Amino acid sequence: MKTLDVVIAEHPFFSGFDPAHTALIAGCGRIAAYQPGEFLFQAGLPADDFFLLRRGTVALELEVPGRGPFRFGTATAGEVIGWSWLFPPYEWQFDARAIDAVGVVRFDGACLRGKCEADPVLGYAVMKAFAGVLVDRFIDTRLQLVDVYGHRG
Amino acid sequence: MATVAEAATRNAALLPRPWRVVAASRESHDVVTLELESAAGETSAWQPGQFNMLYAFGIGEVPISFSGGDPRRLRHSIREVGTVSRALAGLVPGTLAGVRGPYGSAWPLDAARGGDVVIAAGGIGLAPLKPLVERICAERNDFGSVSLLYGARTPVDRLFGACLADWRAQGIDVAETVDHADAGWTGQVGVVTTLVRRARFDPATTRAFLCGPEIMMRFTALELERAGLAPTAIALSMERNMQCALGWCGHCQLGPWFVCLDGPVFDWPRMRELMMVRGL
Repeated sequence: MKTLDVVIAEHPFFSGFDPAHTALIAGCGRIAAYQPGEFLFQAGLPADDFFLLRRGTVALELEVPGRGPFRFGTATAGEVIGWSWLFPPYEWQFDARAIDAVGVVRFDGACLRGKCEADPVLGYAVMKAFAGVLVDRFIDTRLQLVDVYGHRG
Repeated sequence: MATVAEAATRNAALLPRPWRVVAASRESHDVVTLELESAAGETSAWQPGQFNMLYAFGIGEVPISFSGGDPRRLRHSIREVGTVSRALAGLVPGTLAGVRGPYGSAWPLDAARGGDVVIAAGGIGLAPLKPLVERICAERNDFGSVSLLYGARTPVDRLFGACLADWRAQGIDVAETVDHADAGWTGQVGVVTTLVRRARFDPATTRAFLCGPEIMMRFTALELERAGLAPTAIALSMERNMQCALGWCGHCQLGPWFVCLDGPVFDWPRMRELMMVRGL
């Protein structure tokens, strides 16, 4: 059975990280699983965590009054979800719900924030990795807004 | 000044030949596939990636890529977006359409043999790629991993559902996503570029084939570059206002290229700068 630092080091999100850093990060993580339909997090609740997806698919949704959940994206194995733990007020803005059986490494955000504050090199590496994900999500969202398959004429 | 013989040759090149609709099937709420056989017993030596000019008699002519078939029976999938395409999509078995072609460049499939393949399609862009996928399936052992990344606007806009299942069974890694979906959809949601990040391929040996809206192809090509593909390993199919399809009229000119003659399939380095020009 792989140790958590090996699992983390093998995950694409942490590829290229210094092994000493992945060992530090592993100290804030634990393996977790979610059944179909179960929420990983919900809007309005405290954002104490982030999740490395190892298997399954997670729907990212916003509950729209009168319309129900609006699904604006999905995430799958190899990706990371959750960045509200990085910035005050540390509160989820959206919902994340398992579509099928989902396996993750779940991290304690406060624990990792503390380690990042204490070790700026680690902090920069973590912020850089999350910034890359944020840039991708912004580009994806903008392309969705363009509605490239929209009807002409 | 053209001689009488030259003028006759030019006119003959513009003359549609009668092909009979032998089947018409609705793929989605706005896409219909026609199957055509020559009324005069002719055949067509077309290649995946090429197109025909299809003529709805008395209404007009539009370029439509091949979406399958063989030399005797041609398949064209038509999205209803204007007067001519609506007329063509409304043709029923037994009626005639005019056909000129085949025209344009083909997908450079031979260059992909021995390596991995990524095929990225958006919307109706799956139609010109369909015969390419079918050929890969027929010669599956010639290729490494083959990923088909297909994006559509919503679940009801997805095309060729039965083909996608069949291709999966034949060893193609088919990944689908839609831009928008309700909670009843259990597949992926997001733009097609997200599928590039999730696909597994060896960038050193991979050839990519893209077809869809220009914006989608531009961002997909950039994502493939970021994944390590050489720009020359990326081919894409362009669409412009084609009228003569013979490089005479200039309607489809794009920078130094005529899309009808030099394309519609281009390599990414030839399109990269042009696709960044505002308004072109």
